[in-house]
Amino acid sequence: MNKLDVVSTSGRLHESTPHDSAAKQVAGRAEYVDDLTEPEGTLHAYLGLSTKAHAEIASLDLSAVRAAAGVVGVLTAEDIPGVNDVSSVHKHDEPLLAERVVKYWGQPLFAVIGVTREAARRASRLAKIDYRELQHATDVAAALNAGGALVTEPLKLERGDVAAGLAASEHRAKGTVTIGGQEHFYLESQVALAIPGEDDEVTIQASTQHPTEIQVMTAQVLGVPHNAITVNMRRMGGGFGGKETQGNLFAAVVALAAKKYGRAVKIRPDRDDDFSITGKRHDFVVSYDVGYNGDGKIQAVAATFAARSGFSADLSGPVTDRALFHADNAYWYPAVRVESLPLFTNTPSNTAFRGFGGPQGVIAAERWIEHIAYALGKDPLDIRKANFYGTDSNNVTPYHQVVEDNIIHRVVDELERGSEYQRRRAEIVAFNKTSRILRKGIALTPVKFGISFTATWHNQAGALVHVYRDGSIHLSHGGTEMGQGLHIKVAQVVAEAFGVPLDRVKIYASNTGKVPNTSATAASSGTDLNGMAALNACEQIKARMEANAAKACGVDAKDVHWEFGGIRAGQQFVPFADLANSCWMNRVQLSATGFYSTPKIHWDRASGRGHPFYYFAYGAAASEVTIDTLTGEYQIDRIDALEDVGRSLNPAIDVGQVEGGIIQGAGWLTTEELVWDDKGQLRTHAPSTYKIPLASDVPPIFNVRLAEWSINKEPAIGRSKAVGEPPLCLAVSVVEALSMAVASVADYRIAPHLDMPVTPERVLMGVERMREGGL
Amino acid sequence: MSATTNTLRFILNDEEVALTELRATETLLDYLRLSKRLRGSKEGCAEGDCGACTVLVGRLKGGELRYESINACIAFMGSLHGTHVVTIEHLSAANGPLHPVQQAMVDFHGSQCGFCTPGIVMSLYGLWMEEPRPGVAAIEKALQGNLCRCTGYSPIVRAGQAISSYGAAEADPLVAERAAMKAKLAALHDGRTVEIGEGTDRLIVPATVDDLAEIYAANPGATLVSGATDVGLWVTKFMRDIGPVITIGHLQELHSIAETEGALVLGAGVTYTEASGAIARHFPQLSELWDRIGGAQVRNAGTIGANIANGSPIGDTPPPLIVLGASITLRRGNERREVKLKDFFIAYGKQDRQPGEFVESVTIPYLPAGELLACYKITKRKDEDISALCGAFRVFVNDDGKVGMARIAFGGMAATPKRAKAVEEALLGQPWSAATIEAALPAFGVDFQPISDMRASKEYRLLAAQNLLRRFHLETVGEGQRLVRAVA
Repeated sequence: MNKLDVVSTSGRLHESTPHDSAAKQVAGRAEYVDDLTEPEGTLHAYLGLSTKAHAEIASLDLSAVRAAAGVVGVLTAEDIPGVNDVSSVHKHDEPLLAERVVKYWGQPLFAVIGVTREAARRASRLAKIDYRELQHATDVAAALNAGGALVTEPLKLERGDVAAGLAASEHRAKGTVTIGGQEHFYLESQVALAIPGEDDEVTIQASTQHPTEIQVMTAQVLGVPHNAITVNMRRMGGGFGGKETQGNLFAAVVALAAKKYGRAVKIRPDRDDDFSITGKRHDFVVSYDVGYNGDGKIQAVAATFAARSGFSADLSGPVTDRALFHADNAYWYPAVRVESLPLFTNTPSNTAFRGFGGPQGVIAAERWIEHIAYALGKDPLDIRKANFYGTDSNNVTPYHQVVEDNIIHRVVDELERGSEYQRRRAEIVAFNKTSRILRKGIALTPVKFGISFTATWHNQAGALVHVYRDGSIHLSHGGTEMGQGLHIKVAQVVAEAFGVPLDRVKIYASNTGKVPNTSATAASSGTDLNGMAALNACEQIKARMEANAAKACGVDAKDVHWEFGGIRAGQQFVPFADLANSCWMNRVQLSATGFYSTPKIHWDRASGRGHPFYYFAYGAAASEVTIDTLTGEYQIDRIDALEDVGRSLNPAIDVGQVEGGIIQGAGWLTTEELVWDDKGQLRTHAPSTYKIPLASDVPPIFNVRLAEWSINKEPAIGRSKAVGEPPLCLAVSVVEALSMAVASVADYRIAPHLDMPVTPERVLMGVERMREGGL
Repeated sequence: MSATTNTLRFILNDEEVALTELRATETLLDYLRLSKRLRGSKEGCAEGDCGACTVLVGRLKGGELRYESINACIAFMGSLHGTHVVTIEHLSAANGPLHPVQQAMVDFHGSQCGFCTPGIVMSLYGLWMEEPRPGVAAIEKALQGNLCRCTGYSPIVRAGQAISSYGAAEADPLVAERAAMKAKLAALHDGRTVEIGEGTDRLIVPATVDDLAEIYAANPGATLVSGATDVGLWVTKFMRDIGPVITIGHLQELHSIAETEGALVLGAGVTYTEASGAIARHFPQLSELWDRIGGAQVRNAGTIGANIANGSPIGDTPPPLIVLGASITLRRGNERREVKLKDFFIAYGKQDRQPGEFVESVTIPYLPAGELLACYKITKRKDEDISALCGAFRVFVNDDGKVGMARIAFGGMAATPKRAKAVEEALLGQPWSAATIEAALPAFGVDFQPISDMRASKEYRLLAAQNLLRRFHLETVGEGQRLVRAVA
């Protein structure tokens, strides 16, 4: 049993505590990489980018670049002493600087090193490049037309006899849905600072979710062992998956320049260039054929998930895998076959983004549920409930893992009642009968989200904890802070473990020299993994401190008990600081490294079978919208959400994740549209053209609650559950509410074909099709 | 000509700054971060859209000192002459207590990654000084120019409502010490024209409009910079060399708002924020549009004069100004001429403006009694978005129920803001009825052949434009239904 199952409030675990950096952030004193004091003589790098989507480089004339004022030098692929590759999955398909061929508009070709960023940036536009243009394909349809080349091996999940299931079904729902991509729009763009050291050493300050990968990739590019590179990461100004692998390029470029010129070098692309260079959430085109009966129960599902992966594999394999892992959402399919097509496209290499393909799987499932509901003339919520996983039966997933912790029924029932879904839906139906221009919709959608990296080896973490002689505590762990509150939660774990006030714990930057071989802070796993690793370190130190206390106080080990603020040994209370000093005097080690690896999980990709997820997080949301049938404009009037975070380690932080996740998801599905032109250039490359939500897009009524009764059945840290990604999927309810409002135009006889993002234009065109009686 | 000086002066937080060396297009944000090493203000986009660089600028306006939020990333240093620039670092000392705005943000969990946070604090600060107990709607309006990618804004809005429970706005130094600061700023305005640098890197801050006229006539290749909400991007995004630069936003004479007998006359330097009161009084039909131009930081800097002079096909003010029959006064040296706005836009990027000539004022005739007016802006995101299309409609219906006059203009439908003359023609003399509207709809295809771009497809633009005419008619006959955001 996990010791933290027994809770005291001393370390404030399970209590709402502000983010550890909040006071610094509001004062502008929290330092991000670009805010750090630069070493004297720091140079600045700027990347020269391809202005073709696919072309051979006939000639690259950099003489004007080199000659420009303030330019120290220019780096090309020829300057790379190691391997010209930063592919995170070691496919060798992602050059640091392109040679001979460019595969997307915005691909870096060279790096200008200047005395100022401005000088380097201006010079970066002076290259004379002759391109021999090649055919390009920027979207799924074009990629399929061009032969459907894949960037990595596809996956198939299969269970039961799909052909027989489809054939025996009373009805079929067939269709396709296009789901758009999403730019991360971390407010802090990619940024890295490299400082050369002696011999082959380089220290890198980078905004990254994955310091170890920055280390590994930089070592590969420089041709040095991993131990030459140290990566330090205090905080990111947002990550959302966009700094899991996409920072490799920037860090490697400045490391290369730092070694070449023997000076510190910093890089920070302009927002437009960041948009153009880096990958985004995968767009999908999902084709489905679903068999179901008159009672709305699904009999069989066959679906293909074709994804715009970009020019390299990056994480497209695991992302498209996770889309398939979530194509069931919370529903049991008696027979199912889902397949992925991670397609090569001439676009930035799509990558991790909060949910990692999972939300796209969830959307596909919800679209065919809607399809069935409208065909049968039923409330889609009834169809959802009819297909929920069971608790004791009907509980095997398409990947043959048994769902052992199903609480979706209780979550949905509670939200349905709490949000007064039924009353409101009846009122909306009545409103729509008489309302000429404005129409309303409401939808309640569930989420079941699998927690763990599906690449099992990533599910490990380390931590380093020191107790100093004054009782203050130093905490380092392998996770990274991007705003999600990981550091405060792990600090709460440590304070709780030692029974000290939270302010005794100081959180230090993630550093590859302190905690090595870390996993990305991703897959919502940061707290699960690093919290446990830190706890493991604390327990080692505590055991030594207990023994020391027993010895020093001359009592039996069983008479030593931890209390808030110290230890009670027999009749004597020893304050924590005294205890620490006593340990030092008695030559007891007050430092420990902790380690954790998630139990129970395994996954065999070749057979499509296993137990890839440690547990599932559940949730549900009900959204209400109003649309304007003259213009397609709409507003979200209300969202009620209920999220299962197990036993919350910090309710305020968790509610913040749920609120933020829903709004980020709603932005993705409504106003955030990525548009490439016919030349293959991304035209929405800045906030002027790419529209993420504003305060005035948040529903006036926004009720977010945690399922306080939920306790993780697995002994995860404090019996909590992961919270980063699952809530993003709750925004699917906004799409389905829009769908209902559009469907009202044709009296709900047809499920509207709505591609995402559901922009005002798509709503209006959907309304027009309803008026014409089509799909 | 006024006397000249080679020193740009302003007050930065508590410090008097005097600069004699300055690049003409140096931005405030670069100055803060690189020269002053004040790194609390962040660069998120370098185009005035995300608000991470928000600072407050205090300016003397008609004898009053007003603090307004702006985007430091696209503000040129020249525009700050004689102002008080307040950055996030000014709110609390390193080891002192947090400012009420900051403490509210901490207690309501308003920051996650924290990168947008300084800008949000500054926007809330500016609002709180003007409106110590703002409602949700006021907070949302103040935050139209601030993006947050983490929180979903709810905790920020809650914090914004609670600031006054952490301290009184009257006690805030910027409020309490206003008289002293006014005196300091007044002293900086010494009636001299500032000139720094040479050749194309010359920065000129003229002392008067007459100086401006003389200098610009002599330097017709110079770029006039008012709020820099567009020109700023020429520099930060396109790295264009635009010098010499003449800043005009500080010229009090260009900030005049005259509510004359027949028309509202706005100096070319009147910002959207400054004009909003007069617009609401005389053209309440435009108030919604007005509040959806950029975000607060853009409305505090951007001007109607420059929106026109700039000639963008998607500028928000030209469509309504065209249907209202607005005209502009162009001045070159001491010569002035009046041009109807509808005639000013010649082609994409081409306006009827001669070298050395600048827009001095905009005259907007009042709407005669009984005439109908509406303006609709269609965007992907409701606030702080550029129009996919923007339509303005003005109609007079005779006593016999027939259309006596119709003026319709659109932005986003052609290479310039453009009248829908065929549609107007189809309405003229016809009964103001649904049947007339339906019959007029095909004429949109005559007037406009819109393009497809990242904001909308041509099909959507055309259909939405037609539907806006339907909406206008429905509203005039009492059947209008609009989305209404239900917040306090």
